Amino acid sequence: MNALTTQNVSTLTKLVKCVNAYSKRLSSHFIYFPDNEAPLEGETSKMNMMQAINNAMDLTLKNDPTAVLFGEDVAFGGVFRCALGLQEKYGKDRVFNTPLCEQGIAGFGIGVATAGATAIAEIQFADYIFPAFDQLVNEAAKARYRSGGQFPCGGLTVRAPCSAVGHGGLYHSQSPEAYFAHTPGLKVVIPRGPITAKGLLLSCVRDRDPCLFLEPKILYRSANEMVPVDDYTLPIGKAQVLREGDAATLIAWGTQVHVLLEVAQMAKEKLNVNVEVIDLMSILPWDEETVCNSVKKTGRCLISHEAPLTSGFGAELAATIQEECFLHLEAPVSRVTGWDSPFPHVFEPLYLPTKWRCLDQLEKLLRY
Amino acid sequence: MALKCGVRVFKLNTIRQAVRLLSTHSSPEAVQNAKVGDFPGARAPYVTELKFLSEASYDPIPIYRVLDHNGQVIDGREEPNIDKETLLNMYKTMVQLSQMDKIMYESQRQGRISFYMTNYGEEGIHVGSAAALSPSDLVFAQYREVGVLLYRGMTVTEIVNQCYGNCEDPGRGRQMPVHYGSKQHNIVTLSSPLATQMPQAVGAAYALKRVPNNDRCVICYFGDGAASEGDAHAAFNFAATLDCPVIMLCRNNGYAISTPTREQYRGDGVGARGAPLGLRTARVDGTDPLAVYRAVAAARGRALAHNQPVLIEAMAYRVGHHSTSDDSTAYRPAEEIHKWNSEESPIRKFRQYLEQKGYWDVESDEALFKEARNRVVKTMQEAEKKKLPPWKEMLEDVYYEMPPRIQKQVKQMEDHLKNYGEHYPLDKYQPE
Repeated sequence: MNALTTQNVSTLTKLVKCVNAYSKRLSSHFIYFPDNEAPLEGETSKMNMMQAINNAMDLTLKNDPTAVLFGEDVAFGGVFRCALGLQEKYGKDRVFNTPLCEQGIAGFGIGVATAGATAIAEIQFADYIFPAFDQLVNEAAKARYRSGGQFPCGGLTVRAPCSAVGHGGLYHSQSPEAYFAHTPGLKVVIPRGPITAKGLLLSCVRDRDPCLFLEPKILYRSANEMVPVDDYTLPIGKAQVLREGDAATLIAWGTQVHVLLEVAQMAKEKLNVNVEVIDLMSILPWDEETVCNSVKKTGRCLISHEAPLTSGFGAELAATIQEECFLHLEAPVSRVTGWDSPFPHVFEPLYLPTKWRCLDQLEKLLRY
Repeated sequence: MALKCGVRVFKLNTIRQAVRLLSTHSSPEAVQNAKVGDFPGARAPYVTELKFLSEASYDPIPIYRVLDHNGQVIDGREEPNIDKETLLNMYKTMVQLSQMDKIMYESQRQGRISFYMTNYGEEGIHVGSAAALSPSDLVFAQYREVGVLLYRGMTVTEIVNQCYGNCEDPGRGRQMPVHYGSKQHNIVTLSSPLATQMPQAVGAAYALKRVPNNDRCVICYFGDGAASEGDAHAAFNFAATLDCPVIMLCRNNGYAISTPTREQYRGDGVGARGAPLGLRTARVDGTDPLAVYRAVAAARGRALAHNQPVLIEAMAYRVGHHSTSDDSTAYRPAEEIHKWNSEESPIRKFRQYLEQKGYWDVESDEALFKEARNRVVKTMQEAEKKKLPPWKEMLEDVYYEMPPRIQKQVKQMEDHLKNYGEHYPLDKYQPE
């Protein structure tokens, strides 16, 4: 019986390896560009994004005795292992499983925050956040406003793994930032790697308003950087210019930042132009100043996101850019995004706004 | 709920009884050599007879009461020991509430406020529960619990100011009438979506239980309609699995706007959902303030001593219309309303109790009603004169700090008003 089990496990392992190899091939739609500059002087440690998030939550639980971390399967570390070891370290009353119910998780988190404590709620996949939409949009977001500041719910941070992963299909791949970006009162933040993940997550946790922290799940293990081990925060609402240029402004967030960084490199090599690349980092509120200053300088703008085109957050950027930068624009603002279909499984390589689609569009933009 | 002796399930020699647990109405043959099934999801006896449970498999949850229809204590041992001052405060709150409801309802009809919801028929649930709690216990309410707010010390003035949305409303006129909230009184500001407060109450209770030497619990009010929302199930399940010191108090008043409970749920009411999910559960007569008091006081004790969540289903009748936007005679007979407004009136019942105790008389009652009415009328006259908050508060409190894009929108509106201000009712708002 045992031998049989072992044999089964071994077959399974082989199968999983095989599937992994297959998915890796599918998922390598980008090259990771690590951050080389630490936002803080002092000791650094090599971490992937999962470890950086774990580190940020570790610091939170260590320094804030009211902080609790919860969600589905969080007790054993979470399905993406971001909470690994934290229950052992901080106890079952601070790091715990909840029943399988997203609206319950969000509502529970709002209650924790209402009572004055710090809540880090994990939604297992951003694709499953929609049962919690009411709690986040009607409750968390409006708590401060409707009570005249009596019962804000800034203690709440909701973390959710998002975006393409190579094999996620319809329900393990979505990027739902635009739905939430339409909600005054929420903050929506997406890191591009370990350093930004740690700094932004610590900002979200300490922010006086409820935050939705979307974690591009493909970066959990594929993104490695030298991350400061000490505590630091990165400002919410501020974009970062990652590469300076004068020919066009490329804007993205999350994984797509890396696609655009590669496109910028290709543009230099193939087209001999320098394009500027901006990581928006914060979707709500978003950094209009940095974006518009850049577009005024370059006169051309390409926005790229994995979520579908129609009413994607790129639409908001494009509308504001045309309004604020109209006389500086040399071409209409371009958007390269996921297509207006559900996120497809085997067609993922064709669905995503790949570097080739972005380069293609950039060429058209420069020629316009 | 006859499924009360679960411990016996584990004793093989009482399998006969264990099998009988499946029904209180029939006695299936004892299964020979039966064993207990030990699954991760359930530990229960094996049987060889397939049997589906139904509503009839369980006795209905009994309705606990202390007072009869005439306000007489049925069993002296059950009469709670409440001092005279508290009892009178409970009664005065009920009367104040009913008179405020009457005048505010009329004022909406006259177009003086935009909306109102009365609490008729449920006053007993409000004061019975409020009196059994500590003022520091956190309240998550639905919208028909104004008696709890009044009992806690929120003034008629504060309530009326909210309904007018004037410059003294702590909610800054942003919400419709009846969306009260008071940090000072530990009453979390209400919102309109139903049942959203339920998992929030559970989360707050969890946070409170982690406070060293905690002496606060949470009470969450909701209706029979709200109990159908997914959030209600989430709340029950979270409360039980996470051992939260929370009292879930269902005001089962028979109607969700026009939908009667027989179209809202099957089975034995909302209370039937408590025990199977792991909540201590009781059903009480919501027209009897003393029964509600006893239940909530006991629930509070359990919640704080053992971090045990409790579900109380308080049975009542929504004597008034759902809101000022509703005419309930379109869906229920007038005689039905009359019955609940007369012989089952919690105010009448409680007054009779107080009279029997020698704490109250007709003269005091007349003076109280008059005083209660006058207070509301006077307050409304004052509230009407007050300006609305400055218009820029429309864009404040969205975030702790106003982000640049909202600052820009304030500026846009300012510029617009410079040229078009005459087309807006700016004189109604306080100057900046």
